[in-house]
Amino acid sequence: MKDVKKVLLLGSGALKIGQAGEFDYSGSQALKAMREEGISTVLINPNIATIQTSDGIADKVYFLPITPYFVEEIIKKEQPDGILLAFGGQTALNCGTQLYLSGTLAKYGVKVLGTSVEAIMITEDRDLFVKKLNEIDAKTPSSQAVESIEDALQVANRLGFPIMVRSAYALGGLGSGISTNEKEFVDLCENALAYSKQILVEESLKGWKEIEFEVIRDANDHCFTVVPMENVDPLGIHTGESIVISPIVTLTKEQIAMLQEISIKVVRHIGIVGECNIQFAFNAQTNDYRIIEINARLSRSSALASKASGYPLAFVAAKLALGYTLDQIGEMGTPNSAYVPPSVDYIIAKIPRWDLTKFVGVDREIGSSMKSVGEIMSIGKSFEEIMQKGLRMIGQGMHGFVGNNDLEFDDLDKELSHPTDLRIFAIAKALENGYTPERIEELTKIDVYFIKCLKNIVDYTKVLSSYNKIEDLPADVIKEAKRLGFSDFQIARYVENPTGNMEKEQLRVRDVRKKFNILPAVRRINTIASEHPELTNYLYMTYGETEHSISYAYKNDKSIVVLGSGAYRIGSSVEFDWCSVNAIQTARKFGYKSIMINYNPETVSTDYDMCDRLYFDELSFERVLDVIDLEIPKGVIVSVGGQIPNNLAMKLHRQNVPILGTSPVSIDRAENRNKFSAMLDQLGIDQPRWEALTSYDEIDKFIDEVGFPVLIRPSYVLSGAAMNVCYDKEQMHTFLGAAAKVSKEYPVVVSKFMQNAKEIEFDAVAKNGEIIEYGISEHIEFAGVHSGDATLVFPAQNIYVATARRIKQISKKIAQELNISGPFNIQFLAKNNDVKVIECNLRASRSFPFVSKVLKRNFIETATKIMLGEFVEKPDSAVFDVDHVGVKASQFSFARLHRADPILGVDMSSTGEVGCLGTDFNDALLASLYSVGFHKPEKGVLVSSGDSKGKVDLLDSCKLLQEKGLKIYATEGTQKFLAENGVKATTVSWPDETAAEDITTLMQEHTIDLVINIPKNQTRRELTNGYKIRRAAIDHNIPLLTNARLASAFLQAACSKEMSDIQIKSWQEYIIK
Amino acid sequence: MSKLKNAKLILENGKEFVGKSFGFPGSVAGEVVFNTAMTGYPESLTDPSYKGQILVSTYPLIGNYGVPKTEFENNMPKFFESDRIQIAGLVISDYSFVYSHWNAEKSLADWLVENKVPAIFDVDTRALTKILRESGCMLGKIVIDDEDVAWYDPNKENLVDLVSTNEKVVYGNGSNRIMLVDCGVKNNIIRCLLKHNTTVIRVPWNYDFTKDEYDGLFISNGPGDPSMCKETVTHLKTAIEGDKPIFGICLGSQLLGLASGATTYKLKYGHRSHNQPAREVGTNRCFITSQNHGFAVDHSKLTGDWEPYFINLNDDTCEGIKHKVKPIFATQFHPEACGGPTDTEFLFEKFIKLVEENKK
Repeated sequence: MKDVKKVLLLGSGALKIGQAGEFDYSGSQALKAMREEGISTVLINPNIATIQTSDGIADKVYFLPITPYFVEEIIKKEQPDGILLAFGGQTALNCGTQLYLSGTLAKYGVKVLGTSVEAIMITEDRDLFVKKLNEIDAKTPSSQAVESIEDALQVANRLGFPIMVRSAYALGGLGSGISTNEKEFVDLCENALAYSKQILVEESLKGWKEIEFEVIRDANDHCFTVVPMENVDPLGIHTGESIVISPIVTLTKEQIAMLQEISIKVVRHIGIVGECNIQFAFNAQTNDYRIIEINARLSRSSALASKASGYPLAFVAAKLALGYTLDQIGEMGTPNSAYVPPSVDYIIAKIPRWDLTKFVGVDREIGSSMKSVGEIMSIGKSFEEIMQKGLRMIGQGMHGFVGNNDLEFDDLDKELSHPTDLRIFAIAKALENGYTPERIEELTKIDVYFIKCLKNIVDYTKVLSSYNKIEDLPADVIKEAKRLGFSDFQIARYVENPTGNMEKEQLRVRDVRKKFNILPAVRRINTIASEHPELTNYLYMTYGETEHSISYAYKNDKSIVVLGSGAYRIGSSVEFDWCSVNAIQTARKFGYKSIMINYNPETVSTDYDMCDRLYFDELSFERVLDVIDLEIPKGVIVSVGGQIPNNLAMKLHRQNVPILGTSPVSIDRAENRNKFSAMLDQLGIDQPRWEALTSYDEIDKFIDEVGFPVLIRPSYVLSGAAMNVCYDKEQMHTFLGAAAKVSKEYPVVVSKFMQNAKEIEFDAVAKNGEIIEYGISEHIEFAGVHSGDATLVFPAQNIYVATARRIKQISKKIAQELNISGPFNIQFLAKNNDVKVIECNLRASRSFPFVSKVLKRNFIETATKIMLGEFVEKPDSAVFDVDHVGVKASQFSFARLHRADPILGVDMSSTGEVGCLGTDFNDALLASLYSVGFHKPEKGVLVSSGDSKGKVDLLDSCKLLQEKGLKIYATEGTQKFLAENGVKATTVSWPDETAAEDITTLMQEHTIDLVINIPKNQTRRELTNGYKIRRAAIDHNIPLLTNARLASAFLQAACSKEMSDIQIKSWQEYIIK
Repeated sequence: MSKLKNAKLILENGKEFVGKSFGFPGSVAGEVVFNTAMTGYPESLTDPSYKGQILVSTYPLIGNYGVPKTEFENNMPKFFESDRIQIAGLVISDYSFVYSHWNAEKSLADWLVENKVPAIFDVDTRALTKILRESGCMLGKIVIDDEDVAWYDPNKENLVDLVSTNEKVVYGNGSNRIMLVDCGVKNNIIRCLLKHNTTVIRVPWNYDFTKDEYDGLFISNGPGDPSMCKETVTHLKTAIEGDKPIFGICLGSQLLGLASGATTYKLKYGHRSHNQPAREVGTNRCFITSQNHGFAVDHSKLTGDWEPYFINLNDDTCEGIKHKVKPIFATQFHPEACGGPTDTEFLFEKFIKLVEENKK
């Protein structure tokens, strides 16, 4: 395709459940492939924390919403020849399809590269899909698309229960579920119809195996399947919620070959050009199958498949989109042909990471709709090994499949048959309690093969427990434990069962192992099982090998290890991947051998061409020491990967591992609440009053002194939120009583909570205690909304000069005192020029990529240079003064979390974020909110504005709405208040009343297209009513605002600016200096 | 674990790998080769082309779906490539003592014991493969409980004679009569031929078919060095003078090459996998193929009316030859592909079409 000179690539926007970091990986690969061809690239993606929106990946980057309007405007301006729709998930695909159907692409002569939109529509529209597959007798589930409840019921009665309901055109199975009776069915249909006008009623194949392949095809009809994957969890559990392994292990060759052949036949018939994913339901007893789904684009599974095999699917798909054929493409990083399906000599497991405890009221059962927020991939030689490794990587305090304390299940049978996020541990418990593998298979529908392997682990704990002293363990017992994936920690726990953090015992196991020379070996992934000379530096560790696949005979004084960020989770996501990648690349630039440790398959940092050596392995104390023993690096960077590496700093330091940058002793001074507090007192820096208390009496006494509200943080949480703001005694006792322990062993930290205070973030880089670069941003919301959920404005637009000065002074003192060298972040509270410090992290923060990109100064590059001892110059203070504004807004995924209360609090609940630029605050705010799913209200706005402060806050905005001619609906109190102040609003009844205009009906009918509900946090009735309104807004896909300050900022901006006022300006254009 | 016998794999170059025995408790010698396929151990183990070879599987999980029941279809075991395990010994990294499949009748270990085939696990197959790749395939022996055996080089023996049928066997009753010269044929080749309205007459490797009545001639795969099959080559020289369609696979392709006047040679470590890319010469059509061979035709030495049909995308070796005029062709890879990709099964259709056209 020589006529393609300029290509537009649509990104995937903010991370949300069902669409996470994997698209940063695929988009970055595609842009890399374009660049290699000398094609100019334009990228639209408001997700500012991604690698793809960084310098040197695309030629132009637009931080704007991926909606037809904005994409058309950008096409108008940029005049690209082609557009790539397959690399930005469902968001890009849906937007591209709309632009195609509206004729926009044809109008501007933009060619869709790769799979045609017609083919995409076949895979997206159920009816077309079934029709097309019927043409070649490929079986699909009996299913019918309907557009009303009546039709749905008719189909359900014909097929018989259980019945599956899904909505068409929805990512990650949104609004889908299985119903066993008519009532459940009707509820499901109503919900699904809210997301899509078409829903699918299908036969349920619950309990069948779920098998997936990635399929690659070029324009010349070359086609093959790559990386066969098997879901350990049976069908009925979304593949994003399932443990997935590759290759397939419980099917015979004939069965796999049969499914592969069908895949190829189908993909050829549909006419995919590039890469796609095909999912089968398979009954291994009868060899009967159904094709569940085809994703005509790169997907989460394809990212996993790439990492699982080393085959660069996204890169190859991009080349195929340009018209190359497979035999013309060399496998990236090797001279081999890309026309080879990889053959591996290891197995991998993908395990999802859930964060359901972060949501109040959420349904913990997992099923056909995705709820997990991240995933890990573990690599090894046995199923036992990869499961144990993988369950440690998930990072929720688990030590593997076994050896986890404090896990109790009331009803094991139910836990097994009605899976929750903890089912795998319920299986462990069941095996320990003597359930037979066959019984567990019956309850879980998980193949008995897997259960029997897991039983090997449980059985082996008895062997370990028969020893009483770590030093008594014989070599072959440790060897076998390692083959079964036991960590040193688990071994220590089963042998001696000590209390505390077990650092010492764990190290004793390590010593014994070393004495016996039982050490993990490093294996290289070269996609063809060592048949060809090693060319990549993609590594993992396992036991039972006689040699390393790579040589360690080099000078180590120029090597740097960077610890990555692990599984994406709420609070630690793509932003830390950005930081990690920038750190390794900076090290590389300065001639260091850069070594990365990370195990998240959705990241760019685990692309093996990003660093010199990639250890795709655990970020545990044990494994990091293993790597360091071999590499003997100049130093380790622990400050760019978020909390996981940060928590390892002190332990590594104690083992004399050289930590680069700020001393771990300082890190500990900032992390330890007592030490940090004492330091602030000594420096004369103000902080909110707090105390660690061990009894209810002490708590009451403290509150008598400081008064409500207070912020409560228990150190031991049974379930639910880890912290909460309490406004009165009753609320506090309910929270503590239900969720936490209060004792000497588990003190509760209680702090004075400041209301109506501004929260300000200070992100900076320092060198030997001197601040080199910094950024001050403010939250739109007042304190009380977690900083990860708050809307951030940078540079801060509304703080007093005196406040800014005070913040700089305090930061300077802290940086000096802790002798910081590297990245750090301080959070402040400010009220009437009174400034208090609430937290200080001596590592990169979530907002580093945002601040770096708004300023176009790479803070991580500077920080890394400092840590490496390279020269950095303190810039002129004028560089921190920019003519534009950046706003970072949060993306929530409440729609997927059934029954969760979509309310913001001190615990974080957003799953992603965007950052947009504008010439003024309103511009940037609108672009960012439109990017996370808000739109300008055009019909009616429902206002229920909470307490009197909230009412006052929103009054001006309501007046504006009235001027704009929008209809306002309000709950009784709010309506009265508005009427008194000259704003006309229609009263609507609360959900528990039966008056005229019923809120839920209005929402169902979408008469309302924006809901503002400010929770009062007072009476139970208001809470439940408020909950119902909020939940209804989410379930009917109506934008919801629950914070008065954000709501008023949004309405002011939306009423003062038209869409066309938002400037279509690329990042590069903002930054011209 | 403790009841398992100790076992060692000793290579010709003196290198030893210590592991544990999980098959027949007797020592054995042979040629050590590796296979990178991820599925299909029942098929590989019964493939006659592996005669005399100790097979190293690079994929770590073996035994996980047990061994299927011995069912017969068309007089052939349904799930196997021949009626017994053909490999001399098996070397793997991790043996799955646990197995699960509805059609599994026994464990891999039991099957190996029944067939008197020794096997060893807990071997660093990655390191072993690296040696074989760098130094080429070499002799080796699996020694159980220190009971040594003498070295044995299968390539010095006529292996084909050991695996070929002793008598003429007829399958099917279709109208196309195919003469199949059995040099160690995989059952799936017969199954593929039978799908196309054929009667397959399977004859011993050295059977003189030149006087017999048939519509098409097929030369099968098989083990070892093609130069051992002198009689087959002699018969083929006669056959290619005629005008009947001929199709050869694997060893069959090498024998046809020799009959045409070309030469063959031993590859350093052979092709044994399910993912070898091959291009049809003169086109931009490429295929993923399944292969199992240690020798190849030197396509630079093809003479006169012969030309390369397919070449390997990775190392440019010969993947097939054909006659420029006559309906004769052969592939080094296995279009019947059991188990592996079925990209090239159309070649059977092509062959039968040629047979049918030729009859007219």
